[in-house]
Amino acid sequence: MASFIQLLVSGLATGAIYALIAIGFTLLWQTSQTINFAQGEFVMLPAFFVLTAMNLGAPYWLAALIGIALAVVILGVLFKAIIVDPMIKHGVLPLVITTIALSLFLKESVKDFYSSQAQPFPALVAPRDLHFLGAVVSLQSVVVLAVAVASVIALHLLLNKTRLGRCMQATAQNPTVARILGIPVGRMVLYTFLINGVLVAIASLLISPIYLAKFTNGETLGMAAFIAAIIGGFNQVRGAILGGIILGVLDNLSAAYLSSSYRGAFPLLILIVVILFRPQGLLGRAEERAV
Amino acid sequence: MLRTGFLVSLVAAGISLASTAHAQQKTVYMPAILELSGPGAVSGTNFRDGMLMAIDEINKAGGILGHKIETPVLDTQSDAGTSRAQLQKVLDNKPYVVFGPVYSGSVLVDMLMTQKAEIPEIVGGEAAAITQKNNPYVFRTSFGQQFSMPKIANYIRDSIKAKSVALIWVNNDFGKGGRDNFTKEMKDRGIKVVADISTESGQADFSADVVKIKGANADAVFVYLNEEESARFLKEAKKQGIKAPLIGETTLLGQKVIDLAGGAADGVQGHVGLTVDAPIKAVQDFAAKFKARYNYVCDHNGIKGYTAVYFAKYVTEKVGKFDSKAFAAKAHGLTITPKEEPGILMEAMWDKNGDIDRESFLGEVVNGKQKIVKILPMLSKK
Amino acid sequence: MNRFGLLTVAVAAVAAIVLPFLLKPFGIYLISMWVVLTIAAIGLNLTLGYAGQVSMAQGAFVGIGAYAVALLTAAGWPFFPAFVIAGLLCFAIGWLLGYPALRVQHHYLAFVTLAFNTLVFLVLRNEEWLTNGTYGIAGTERPHLFGLSTDGARAFYFFCLGMLVLLAAATWWMLRSPWGRAFVALRENPIRALSLGLDTRRYTLMAFALGSTLGGLAGGLYAPLVQFIEPNSFSLNMSFNLLLMVIVGGSGRFFGPFVGALIAVLLPEWMRIAEGYYLIIYAMLVMILMVFCPTGVLGLVEKLFKPKKPPAAAAAPTLKAEATSR
Repeated sequence: MASFIQLLVSGLATGAIYALIAIGFTLLWQTSQTINFAQGEFVMLPAFFVLTAMNLGAPYWLAALIGIALAVVILGVLFKAIIVDPMIKHGVLPLVITTIALSLFLKESVKDFYSSQAQPFPALVAPRDLHFLGAVVSLQSVVVLAVAVASVIALHLLLNKTRLGRCMQATAQNPTVARILGIPVGRMVLYTFLINGVLVAIASLLISPIYLAKFTNGETLGMAAFIAAIIGGFNQVRGAILGGIILGVLDNLSAAYLSSSYRGAFPLLILIVVILFRPQGLLGRAEERAV
Repeated sequence: MLRTGFLVSLVAAGISLASTAHAQQKTVYMPAILELSGPGAVSGTNFRDGMLMAIDEINKAGGILGHKIETPVLDTQSDAGTSRAQLQKVLDNKPYVVFGPVYSGSVLVDMLMTQKAEIPEIVGGEAAAITQKNNPYVFRTSFGQQFSMPKIANYIRDSIKAKSVALIWVNNDFGKGGRDNFTKEMKDRGIKVVADISTESGQADFSADVVKIKGANADAVFVYLNEEESARFLKEAKKQGIKAPLIGETTLLGQKVIDLAGGAADGVQGHVGLTVDAPIKAVQDFAAKFKARYNYVCDHNGIKGYTAVYFAKYVTEKVGKFDSKAFAAKAHGLTITPKEEPGILMEAMWDKNGDIDRESFLGEVVNGKQKIVKILPMLSKK
Repeated sequence: MNRFGLLTVAVAAVAAIVLPFLLKPFGIYLISMWVVLTIAAIGLNLTLGYAGQVSMAQGAFVGIGAYAVALLTAAGWPFFPAFVIAGLLCFAIGWLLGYPALRVQHHYLAFVTLAFNTLVFLVLRNEEWLTNGTYGIAGTERPHLFGLSTDGARAFYFFCLGMLVLLAAATWWMLRSPWGRAFVALRENPIRALSLGLDTRRYTLMAFALGSTLGGLAGGLYAPLVQFIEPNSFSLNMSFNLLLMVIVGGSGRFFGPFVGALIAVLLPEWMRIAEGYYLIIYAMLVMILMVFCPTGVLGLVEKLFKPKKPPAAAAAPTLKAEATSR
């Protein structure tokens, strides 16, 4: 029983990480139909901004701020302006190819200009372990979970309780009508890219101390976030958190009780089942036909 | 005509690259095929850096038989098909010796081609199968898994006195090969493998694996993972409080893993085939030189690359000319001592299959440092 | 096709025959790889470009075909029956994979196929009794044709080229048959196609099955070309790469896959001048290419030479416009 609780608790902690990355993923999809196959690399990269800043002598807090700022500018503003904007009217697929190329570009750049070696990364919180019903969980994981939940609540409030948020939602649901209503659609889309930039930077700061900073980190994380986003509901922010947690727990339970060599298969099977029988995801709302 | 012109120029440019080498006078063409991108990039980069350091030293001192070594490094993207293509490219230019690759899958496809071309290939792969195919042109500068696993197995039987063992391995060709050799050695010694856990390359979360290991209640845990996965595993094992001794092979006791695991590696023990922490001055000097030049701590792949070049140099000088076939013939059964060739770092001998034999170590991690507790003699000197 | 197009194809055909006599074995290997990947990309172009069904699993079919041929020839089968089995197997699996496409479309379909690709990889890796797992299978024999061995690099290249010509011709013929028109109708407006009495269900499954068959046949040539296969070669990367070939070449255009595969095979090789940075530059070029000609190289060529024709008609299936349906 203790081991079962351990699996649940650990899965919850890992799931929170996936959720944090998946949130931004769904945001980009909702407002700009961007399926960002470089999302994992977006999380990998800010850690190296921070490390570079620290190597140049910045203290951790300053380096972290620089990392977030760079992530917002490069992975938010520039990503949208240089890559997404020119391609958005040409459909999803060219953009998919571009984000795949972008992920290769980011990985290779970090490898060549920083290092191919995994790097230790300073922890945001003290490396303490908490005991809970016979299970152990690190304080770091609890912080990740808290941040993920807080992010979702904050986003939920922003989207539903503020005028800005409702404008963003209108943009996501029907850009044409939104434009007619006088909503600055372009700016609303930009905001979601900025939010994604902040989220991936925070995720990077939280995850890198646990997983170490390495150029290949994005591959696993990106795919996990992708699966989490779909399971939870591709068009709902709160779906991402459910999807992430289901994925994290399921991953652990299947590796422990079913088959360790097929551990990667179970989330994919769930994904297929969800798409076939509830394509809008567990918490997603059905997409209405536009025409 | 635009497209055709584009097409032809692309083809021409792609192919002409192959012939850029070779031009200068008095050089010997010894290309390297290595994993510089993809999941194998850490191993490939280490091998490359060690290799290039040796080449610079040799070239500065006048080269081999008066010829400067010319070593372009070609990336396999950690993919066997790409590695085969790149090897074909260098074979078209008649190399003297080929270095790399490190991934065993890539080695297995490449060595068929170097055998056909009768060109020696000094590889970084550790799979047992590589030297069991009667290929007279393949050599390695580290232990194959068929040698390292018996040493680990003896250690588990004699020093730990374990009756049962839990095994966790990474499911790629490196890990699978080690796992298969290890389970065979365990069976031979009557030690039960009570948990046999496959993990993914790049896996982030090891909590389920540690839960399973704890549940298996084994006398010892054998960990056969790549570096950062080793570190993540050790952190999780410490968190959940695994009591059984954690045993590793080379990687687990490496300084890189110790640094990454941040304290969680203390108490880890096992066999170290090749290490920069060996209690041998030449090796430690090499490690310091490497760190000074590249600003990171070299792993065993770096030593593989470094000694591969000196191995090639020594054999060539013994043969007295650049003759690939004579190289292969000479190298089998050859012993090189550091006195004759300091760059070899430790006395080493190559057997009839191209496998290396040299001293290795039993070690443990104490206070964040690898400590060698025993030196295992060369197999041929027992 | 106009005169300009015919001339280009003729010149390319001559180049394809003459080049292997001018190249070293490495060059021949590269163009052989181009031929093999072109076949797989033609298949994906059929599913994606013509029928509008997004598949991210083409690499898995190349893998299934490669393993079928490698395993059967290793068990003593001659090449051709093994090759046919590889095609049939992929036809059957492709047909089954088509069923989700009847329920969901566009990005959802892409996700299902993406998951399928990874599942195939896991099976290839884990079912060691069948596939030899991570160790892979080495030394697949190259076929004999009319008593002649195709073991040499040039001979095997011409063998593959012959296969490409045959399969491309078959695809060309099919696209001009009622089937081909049905596929395009499916892409352009499935609801209208249905209302016109088209059995959209059957054509959707058929589009998947035929595209997958070409992938499998390409795999059947991949195994004897590389003479080593391992599960890693057929992971998502291969599917992404094939998708890139189709989109970069010009999706929904017959010669798109030829151009796309050429770029994907030769460009990284060409960029190796930049040594360690070649993949960075390659990735950048792909991004630049996509930003400036999202309809692919052939789309760009069309735009340059025929400015009057609206390019959107033959463009990639635009998911965005229909993203909100279903």
